[in-house]
Amino acid sequence: MSVVLKEETGPAPAAQGDNLLEVVDLKKYFPIYGGVFSRVVGYNYAVDGVSFEVKRGETFGLVGESGCGKTTAGRAILRLTPATSGKVYFDGQDVFALTPAQMRRLRREMQIIFQDPYASLNPRMTVGEIIGEPLEIHGVARGARKQERVKELLRVVGLQASDARRYPHEFSGGQRQRIGIARALALNPKLIICDEPVSALDVSIQSQILNLLDELQEQFGLTYIFIAHGLHVIKHVSDRVGVMYLGKLVEVAAADDLFADPYHPYTEALLSAIPIPNPEVRRERIVLEGDVPSPINPPPGCRFHTRCRYVQDRCREEEPALRRLEGGRQVACHFRP
Amino acid sequence: MQELPVTLERHRSTWDFTRLQLQMSLRNLGIFLRRLARHPSAVIGAVVILVYVVAAVFAPWVAPHPPDKVRLGQRLQPPTWTGEFPLGTDQLGRDILSRIIYGARVSLLVGLLTIVISVVVGTGLGTLAGYFRGPFDEVMSRFADLLLAFPYLIFAIGAMAMIGPGFWNLIWALSFKGWVEFYRLARAEVMSEKTREYVEAARALGRSHAAIIVSEILPNIVHSILVLGTLRMGNMIVMESSLSFLGLGIPPRIPAWGSMVNDGHSHMLVAWWLSTMPGLALVVLVLSINLVGEALRDLLDPRLKVD
Repeated sequence: MSVVLKEETGPAPAAQGDNLLEVVDLKKYFPIYGGVFSRVVGYNYAVDGVSFEVKRGETFGLVGESGCGKTTAGRAILRLTPATSGKVYFDGQDVFALTPAQMRRLRREMQIIFQDPYASLNPRMTVGEIIGEPLEIHGVARGARKQERVKELLRVVGLQASDARRYPHEFSGGQRQRIGIARALALNPKLIICDEPVSALDVSIQSQILNLLDELQEQFGLTYIFIAHGLHVIKHVSDRVGVMYLGKLVEVAAADDLFADPYHPYTEALLSAIPIPNPEVRRERIVLEGDVPSPINPPPGCRFHTRCRYVQDRCREEEPALRRLEGGRQVACHFRP
Repeated sequence: MQELPVTLERHRSTWDFTRLQLQMSLRNLGIFLRRLARHPSAVIGAVVILVYVVAAVFAPWVAPHPPDKVRLGQRLQPPTWTGEFPLGTDQLGRDILSRIIYGARVSLLVGLLTIVISVVVGTGLGTLAGYFRGPFDEVMSRFADLLLAFPYLIFAIGAMAMIGPGFWNLIWALSFKGWVEFYRLARAEVMSEKTREYVEAARALGRSHAAIIVSEILPNIVHSILVLGTLRMGNMIVMESSLSFLGLGIPPRIPAWGSMVNDGHSHMLVAWWLSTMPGLALVVLVLSINLVGEALRDLLDPRLKVD
């Protein structure tokens, strides 16, 4: 079922310096209950054996259609939802083996920015309370020092210090997302998982937020996992990109390589959907037929074979492994490159 | 319409228990009162309730006569608005106004206590069930369904018939089923709040479950609970009167509106005021409570629609 990279099945990679985060064969199945006695009648294979590593200071883009499991993967890495199996190493630490107290300490190091800036801020708390919350939970700062830190964070994300006394509903979507970013920054984390941080925003606001994230990365040496459903956003922010389809990674490559020469047919199709702002340029558009198959009952063989235009008999029977090519590029296709 | 500003301002009201800044609260109180003033019926209701409460609390000073003073020479005196007995006397010559004032003590106290117990028990259990789900939720919810299957009055009559009349027995019998509605409301609200990302964010920040429930979720559902509590208080008062009418509520020596209606109903044809006056007192109080409750619903939580 699972595709495990040879290089990564060995013992726990201790703090190897280079990789901040390593995800090994991560799986998350959601049980489906049915019948009279609510028995488990099946599973939703939301994340089905995903492995990748994130280097210090880079932005790792995770891209795929809605329902491909990218958000679930992010939540499982942070232990917001318990993973079914697999390992996650953060700085060499086995995240899933930590006790609750250790996990709480680790939460200072890894944070998350949510997709919906309207739902991710508690409507009954002031902005100051929201941003100060992590400081208080972890006993970093209280009282006047907390207020100072909150004001500083507000300035860092481009808001006014006086905004601390206002409530989230008084802000626009972009401003709310800035508040969410300030909250994620409060504890000086090393890793921030950005779960579609701009997809709920107007296009004009999107670039502002993306630029802010970029500046913050430089300023604080942050590492990002950037989850998005469209490649055009990923293209601007990522150093490396992992393409997900139906709970599995189909291609991992440096962003430049991926956009210059996509190997996997699915990546190819996604790329052809990016609009080109030049009407002179003609390009073949690959339109994927049909919907994503259900993750409850994924197709046998290559999961993409139902929509792949290069499909052959072998694809219907044998599942391609995520092979590591020269230069660290990975692709899961029998025939590519 | 006034709906829009209400919706926008929903998140900053007086009921924000987490808020400590006094300045903020006073500002919110001002906003709240100004909005309340746009519901004149609610203001009237609030004033009426206040009159009842003051009369009940200070009954010995407010009531013109002792409530159980028997005057056999002045039986069944009709109401004389300016006379010694403004609302008349009953078949034993007792002053009806005084008895109504003392009866308000029973009604208000029963209503308040049963609602407080129901809210605390129901919200507590419902929050736990909605947040943690699992077997606890299964067992509690089935038990709640079981209780809901009984009509309230039938249930209360049965309970009172078993444990006998008495003030605390009455509180116990009414609360035993009263918490169910709050359980179901709190459970549903918590389940929906729990899926919102701010709860997830709090977990990502390392908040414990207890802290998330108390300081993240509860402030967001307290409005709905409050509105339902107000509306249900009226029901509880009616229940108390119904039981007292049947002789199953408060012991007869304590004046209660329900037993007064019952005492008077055999004299209905010769002395209508015996039953009508305490009945009117009940109707006006319950109506006022409902007016306030409905206004609270509009002011605090336009989403919530309780029958």
